[in-house]
Amino acid sequence: MELYSLTIHEISDKIKSKEVTIREVLDSIYSRIDDIETKVNAYINLTKEYAYIRADKLQKKLNDGEDIGILGGVPIAIKDNICIKDVKTTCGSKMLENFVSPYDATVIERLESLGAIIIGKTNMDEFAMGSSTESSYFKKTVNPWDITKVPGGSSGGSAASVSSDMAFASLGSDTGGSIRQPASYCSTVGMKPTYGLVSRFGLVAFASSLDQIGPFTKDVTDMAIMLNSIVGHDDKDTTSVNLNKIDYTKYLINDVKDITIGVPIEFLKEGLNPEVKKAFDSSIDKLVEHGAKVIDVNLDYIKYSLATYYIIATAEASSNLGRYDGIKYGYRTDKFEDLLDLYKKSRTEGFGEEVKRRIMLGTYVLSSGYYDAYYKKAQKVRTLIINDFKRVFESCDIIAIPTAPNTAFKIGAKTTNPLEMYLEDIYTVPVNMAGLPGISIPCGFDSNNMPIGLQFIASAFEEKKLLQAAYTFEQNTEFHKMKPNI
Amino acid sequence: MSISREEIKHIANLSRINVEDNMVDKYAETLSNIVDMANEISKLNTDDVKPTAHILENVNVFRKDEVKPSYSRDRILENAPTKESGCISLPKVVE
Amino acid sequence: MEDKLKEYEVIIGLEVHAELATKTKIYCNCSTEFGSDPNTHCCPICTGMPGVLPVLNEKVVEFAVKMGLATNCEIAKFSKQDRKNYFYPDLPKAYQTSQYDLPLCNNGHVDILVNGEHKKIGITRIHIEEDAGKLIHDEFTGSTLVDMNRCAVPLIEIVSEPDIRSAAEAIEYMQTLKGILEYLEVCDCKMQEGSLRCDVNLSVRKYGAPKFGTRTETKNLNSFKSIQRSIEFEIRRQIEEIENGGTIYQETRRFDDSKGIGYAMRTKEDAHDYRYFEEPDLAPIVLSEEYVKNIKNNLPEMPNARKTRYMKQYMLSEYDASQITNSKILANYFDNTVSLCDNPKAVTNWIMSDFSKMLNESGIEINQSKITESNLANLIKLIDTNVISSAMAKKVFIEMFETGKDAKEIVEEKGLVQITDESAILKIVEQVVNENDQSVSDYLAGKDKAIGFLVGQIMKLSKGKANPKTVNELLIKVLENKK
Ligand SMILES: [Mg+2]
Ligand SMILES: [Zn+2]
Repeated sequence: MELYSLTIHEISDKIKSKEVTIREVLDSIYSRIDDIETKVNAYINLTKEYAYIRADKLQKKLNDGEDIGILGGVPIAIKDNICIKDVKTTCGSKMLENFVSPYDATVIERLESLGAIIIGKTNMDEFAMGSSTESSYFKKTVNPWDITKVPGGSSGGSAASVSSDMAFASLGSDTGGSIRQPASYCSTVGMKPTYGLVSRFGLVAFASSLDQIGPFTKDVTDMAIMLNSIVGHDDKDTTSVNLNKIDYTKYLINDVKDITIGVPIEFLKEGLNPEVKKAFDSSIDKLVEHGAKVIDVNLDYIKYSLATYYIIATAEASSNLGRYDGIKYGYRTDKFEDLLDLYKKSRTEGFGEEVKRRIMLGTYVLSSGYYDAYYKKAQKVRTLIINDFKRVFESCDIIAIPTAPNTAFKIGAKTTNPLEMYLEDIYTVPVNMAGLPGISIPCGFDSNNMPIGLQFIASAFEEKKLLQAAYTFEQNTEFHKMKPNI
Repeated sequence: MSISREEIKHIANLSRINVEDNMVDKYAETLSNIVDMANEISKLNTDDVKPTAHILENVNVFRKDEVKPSYSRDRILENAPTKESGCISLPKVVE
Repeated sequence: MEDKLKEYEVIIGLEVHAELATKTKIYCNCSTEFGSDPNTHCCPICTGMPGVLPVLNEKVVEFAVKMGLATNCEIAKFSKQDRKNYFYPDLPKAYQTSQYDLPLCNNGHVDILVNGEHKKIGITRIHIEEDAGKLIHDEFTGSTLVDMNRCAVPLIEIVSEPDIRSAAEAIEYMQTLKGILEYLEVCDCKMQEGSLRCDVNLSVRKYGAPKFGTRTETKNLNSFKSIQRSIEFEIRRQIEEIENGGTIYQETRRFDDSKGIGYAMRTKEDAHDYRYFEEPDLAPIVLSEEYVKNIKNNLPEMPNARKTRYMKQYMLSEYDASQITNSKILANYFDNTVSLCDNPKAVTNWIMSDFSKMLNESGIEINQSKITESNLANLIKLIDTNVISSAMAKKVFIEMFETGKDAKEIVEEKGLVQITDESAILKIVEQVVNENDQSVSDYLAGKDKAIGFLVGQIMKLSKGKANPKTVNELLIKVLENKK
């Protein structure tokens, strides 16, 4: 078995027992990248030189008998909207094609302090706006399970890199499903932690009240390890919570007898692909088989999540993306007549269509005369959605729901009608609206052998329950062991 | 169509984005479709509902007033498209 | 036209921006120090780089609350910060973090004294926000340079009610705010550095007219002189416009200090639409009663209290007391000097007349002058002990102002010691009386004016050293003897 195909916990053991050197691990992952990246296009930028320097340093430390951290020597990929000092952070946009960050995101500091080696920056929908990674300015990442299909998005590169063994784990960001949906499409584990659990400092903002960084891993054990690495209070992020440190690996428990699972049956009646429905139903059966209690739950306002999301997310985005104006950094147009012209041409040429569409939509819903009808109204509906979840979590520990209504679609199939694309996020968006944690784990394949994801949602800061349920499911199924043939 | 051509031009301008004349209708249509979808929340009665701006309930997250070193000027300006005399430079900005 | 001016009532509201005297910026740990090389007090946060987040400086809240309490405001229990979105090269994030509908302080007022009359000026609100960067126009290359050192320096914006009715009231209001800010030590009030500046909202209407006229906003005035002149200019312009059948447009204007004229800024093609919304990256501010009470109990003595104290303790007129106490620096100088010479009346006179005139002319504050408190006290003591005359003292004072030398030193150097010896003075008096027959006979003929000329001659002959009181007494005695 090749080194690159192992999990974090497997490769860590080999590194620490000196069965392999960190260089060998890096060699393995980069040769895997050399072999298949031209097909998959998961990366925007590789940080090979830097990675090897770190590898040698870490190896020396290890040889000297020092602790190299729980991620010591493990190659990890980072979505290209998370800043790394001295490395380009493009956000998949022409606008930031040449932007070099002068600072590290807090999660990068954390990962590196625990010995991780950043091997490259992954492709994404431009400024994380999209569900297929097709809106990247640079390239189209494909789904490793079928290269004619999308990997999902917006963290498509992060999902594809882990799914195709081009990284042991990766970080993505999730504003409306951007981790869980591509995890589902590519058959990896993906988690969006509770809003506030992981520092957003250094994550290029899309929608500040919804964004959250989270990992993609090959199995649930690795997810617990990654969570242990990135969770924690950060005084650079005022929305970062200060909680007692939890060791998430303690919740890798193969038992769900104490867990009650809520299933929002009503919500699953429309628009759900029958093959996904089938995989979902049998997943629930599996959990029941292992002792979980399942109940029906009603989430009355959840169907308004998508509408609410597209108002709140675009409003915040229209403001967050104002700074890309051609003045201080980023793309500036060549020819312009005056300041207004400089702004308009730089932004018109530097942003892609989906980004411009969302900026304009966000500007509209905040503009004078529409603020109350759209933005304020959406914030109120958001309260209703939050309350809905609170009520439901009084009667169950976690909610189970498919991650996405469909499996991965063909490249180009949904680019002409944005609304169709938006519908792919219908099961993931509510979680962001309520700031809750959600995990997607592999739970089956459709008749075309495309992966299907199962999503668990818990109340705020109850990631441990997600891990327990996911671990139990994983230990009793084989889906996570399946690899794409690429 | 819930968003008019005029409104498209207005919000494009506010957003500092150019929309070519022949694209105005297209934008009006696409954005109207999204807004129509979003409009389904308008029928909800939210009279007594408080808006949520922050999902977390924490308040008063402050920082001490202590000076820490700033970044070097080179670092701050390294991404500027044009610079001059230690500043970002622009063609003359008329007030 | 001058008559027409009197037919109109002037309505003014001020938006005063005060840079807070915190050590660091509002959302990052960069220094707020003034006058450094461009772009050297910057970090990714205050320059709006991708991915950064703000963290509010606790002193900003404290300082704003202090100002709120000192201006009789209600302090909001719940307050939040909002984004004001617009594009300009001095605003790196393309939004200014400010406060929109829930500011920290509301419904306050200050009392001002204009022409001996008290007036209450309402304060609508005080909110916290961040300053913008500086644009430098390079004449040589024709380009605009962006210096981000000022970006995100904390400000409070103090918005008045439209209660001000003249330039004089506006100046007095501004002076009053400046005094309070100085006493609280929340702003250094260096207007030439832009740390205290204001926007003037102004409209006119005929007396008795039911509605306000259309108002204009003149932005960014940073000296008392330009506030005064721009208001006078704008009043006249609006009235002339109306009298000539024209229309006043709601517009943003600038005032060119060197030319003394105001002009409308090039109007934007779109109406302002700032799309305010609550800043998702900053938590709300919730102030407990205890927090507010604690600040209230620790406020220093305010200008008004000190004024009342001066009037009682030193018998100063309200005008003098208010002029002196309006500036903390001036009042401290006053206190120190009085404690050294025990003559508040004389200290007041010096500070209110010659001294303030000379300070004004050289454009410096009293604490920047070479004359220290003990210098002034010593001068006053020399007068009070009859060592020098008041006339001499004026000359000595000029020299003190220029050189910083002590009065005694100057007096000795120049041999300015007053002649109080009666016999010596009598000699000079007799000499002058003998040499000026005409004036003597004029006096004897009843023309009292002639005495002035004679005194002048005596002082001249004594090189100004003769004690004027003694001169007067002796001269009259000598002349009366001639009758
Ligand atoms: Mg303001
Ligand atoms: Zn800074």
